[in-house]
Amino acid sequence: MNATDSISLDDDNAIVVLGIGNVLWADEGFGVRCVEALQSRYEFAPNVRLIDGGTQGLYLIQHVQAARRLLIFDAIDYGLAPGTLKVIENEDVPRFMGAKKMSLHQTGFQEVLMLALLTESYPEQVVLIGCQPEELEDYGGSLRPSVKHALEAALTLGIERLQAWQGAPQPRRVPLAPNEAVTLPSLALEHYEGGRPDAETACRVGDDRFLARVPS
Amino acid sequence: MTAYATQGFNLDNSGRRIVVDPVTRIEGHMRCEVNVDKDNIIRNAVSTGTMWRGLEVILKGRDPRDAWAFVERICGVCTGCHALTSVRAVEDALGIRIPKNAHLIREIMAKTLQEHDHAVHFYHLHALDWVDVVSALKADPKKTSELQQTVSPSHPLSSPGYFRDIQNRLKKFVESGQLGPFMNGYWGNKAYVLPPEVNLMAVTHYLEALDLQKEWVKVHTIFGGKNPHPNYLVGGVPCAINIDKDGAAGAPVNMERLNFVKARIDEMIEFNNNVYVPDVLAIGTLYKQAGWLYGGGLSATNVMDYGTYEKVAYDPSTNQLPGGAILNGNWDEILPVDPRDPEQVQEFVTHSWYKYADESKGLHPWDGVTEPNYVLGDKLKGTSTNIQEIDESAKYSWIKSPRWRGHAMEVGPLARYILGYAHALKGNKYCQRVKEQVESSAQAINSGIPKALGIPETTYTAKQLLPTTIGRTLARALEAQYCAEMMLEDWKELVENIKNGDSSSANVEKWDPATWPKEAKGVGTVAAPRGALGHWIRIKDGRIENYQCVVPTTWNGSPRDPKGQIGAFEASLMNTPMANPEQPVEILRTLHSFDPCLACSTHVMSPDGVELTTVKVR
Repeated sequence: MNATDSISLDDDNAIVVLGIGNVLWADEGFGVRCVEALQSRYEFAPNVRLIDGGTQGLYLIQHVQAARRLLIFDAIDYGLAPGTLKVIENEDVPRFMGAKKMSLHQTGFQEVLMLALLTESYPEQVVLIGCQPEELEDYGGSLRPSVKHALEAALTLGIERLQAWQGAPQPRRVPLAPNEAVTLPSLALEHYEGGRPDAETACRVGDDRFLARVPS
Repeated sequence: MTAYATQGFNLDNSGRRIVVDPVTRIEGHMRCEVNVDKDNIIRNAVSTGTMWRGLEVILKGRDPRDAWAFVERICGVCTGCHALTSVRAVEDALGIRIPKNAHLIREIMAKTLQEHDHAVHFYHLHALDWVDVVSALKADPKKTSELQQTVSPSHPLSSPGYFRDIQNRLKKFVESGQLGPFMNGYWGNKAYVLPPEVNLMAVTHYLEALDLQKEWVKVHTIFGGKNPHPNYLVGGVPCAINIDKDGAAGAPVNMERLNFVKARIDEMIEFNNNVYVPDVLAIGTLYKQAGWLYGGGLSATNVMDYGTYEKVAYDPSTNQLPGGAILNGNWDEILPVDPRDPEQVQEFVTHSWYKYADESKGLHPWDGVTEPNYVLGDKLKGTSTNIQEIDESAKYSWIKSPRWRGHAMEVGPLARYILGYAHALKGNKYCQRVKEQVESSAQAINSGIPKALGIPETTYTAKQLLPTTIGRTLARALEAQYCAEMMLEDWKELVENIKNGDSSSANVEKWDPATWPKEAKGVGTVAAPRGALGHWIRIKDGRIENYQCVVPTTWNGSPRDPKGQIGAFEASLMNTPMANPEQPVEILRTLHSFDPCLACSTHVMSPDGVELTTVKVR
């Protein structure tokens, strides 16, 4: 597999694994961290492409269009207990990615799915593995323990799905070379967490998107 | 009620208040409130950045060579520009000069991003402010085909059957109830003036653009290793060059890959010439004919850019979009802009939710402070957790107010085009293409298109045409066209340089922090799609001591400053009449002409604060 090369994405049988979210906003990074962990631990068949989608929204359209089967990892506000995983499939996915109170880039992603439909390049199968976040309002922060714990179970679910799709996941025999990583070594979980400035140096007050919270 | 005059505008907040409140995590974190008079003309405008961007502080203590990876995540659409600005700031601080190949590759990447971002912005995010999708369903495909052949005779996709197919696909889509990207439009609003055929043509091109853009971003994959988050490198570019190697994935850049890039550049040039620029000119002509010349705001007086696209690396006098500042609409005088001068770029926080020791003064970014201070004015309506009307006489935005020598400035493609045109008129040989583009556009809008469509000709000058909402949208299209053309030159130069035996792509002499001075400071600037972008860095003992970004939306979306001067978003809305204040098509159209990043879900509130509907701010 060569995950870094999307030039040869035009594969009729492509399986796209997409991690969505912003690693800088604590549990918002769930999706990207899943893809990072998947790639560092497993190898896959050549038709499997792993994508660190970040918050690219519309710019992810070609990856969705290219997919025959699409597996999405994301932090989703289902209103459940933090760290709860929920798997959504096929026609239910757009609805779940567009409802209110979702992590906010989702609205953009629902639109991406609709555009793929309009352009008649919609994946045959779409599976969303979503995790209920615990904390989003911690800029520069990382996954909370509940979500980090759920990540392991999410990977298991993802691997099961990729097996069923004949993506041939198997534990990595040779460690991933840094230039092969779809995520960045300097943003890798350990490095990211270890290099965080302390709260004294760097204010951690979250986003006040809704002008709803007074920073303490 | 308060009323006062500033920058040629009379602000008066006594009329009905309209609140448009997008809420989003990723981009364009803004809310907008306006007051309209009895004739529904906007007489006061208040733009609020509703998101705290604390990027600067989370970088403290990190390795400067990693900063680009963090800033790439600030925002979903400006990834590459922030990364490039960051590596430039670090290189500037450490005195690193990049090799020629790296310069050319970065130019190609930056211009690809510009082309991609501009085209995607217009077709996917902005066109629906001009184009009524539902009206497109009523178009006659045969007439649409004739129209296509009139406005762009060389475009091959123009048969009646082609348009009929697209129309049917669209019908099916709309009828299935899955409006998707077309959800929540104000379809049928009188603010839409285009005939159904123009609407169908534009929607069709939306789909064509969608198809092409996915090929274009592969340029980033070739040079940056991957998409959507390409790699950058302090000292050069992270790709090896070996022209004779075969093209195994992950292998060095070779001739096959370079030819792939060339094919994409050719495709961009063709798309701009046959589709993008003609569409914007046609839509612009028809809106101008309908009397829609609003939205100029600050662009009519004050514009600024740092200058970009050096023909010769490290020689800003060869900038193909030269920088500078223009004040008071005096296009004959271009003032030099120096991002290092502590007296020039300064950020104020009198109306921003930050704290300075002395808020009557601005701070240069090298000495910038980002300390949040969320307090609300006593004239606020609602509560701090549910604001109905913001109090603009107090602090009201998470965006600081950058000023150039104390003046509020507009930045962006329009600012760059006004500057480029002014430089070209003064004889600058590096930007004559800008003058040609502006003049041929004026000719097309005044007479070429009116003649072809059988409507009256007009006599607008460039100075009347450019500082408008339409001019802002046109400048973006022209910049895309120019970027693709420049890129072809960059590509030829790159291939020639490589063929001459230079395969160097990075300068790693100062990669090791042991080679760095104990303390250093630098600045990097980039002409980002949305405007002048600058990062200022201070490095101490090999680590980031202070990092400040002044982004285009900080300039354009800035709140008032100590003198009460309004920012570019605010100014652009002034004196615009609204067809129906409860459907803020005109507000969205003008705000979107600045390309304020990406999809934002918005709530439109009625004057009494009741939520009316949810719309998309595109």
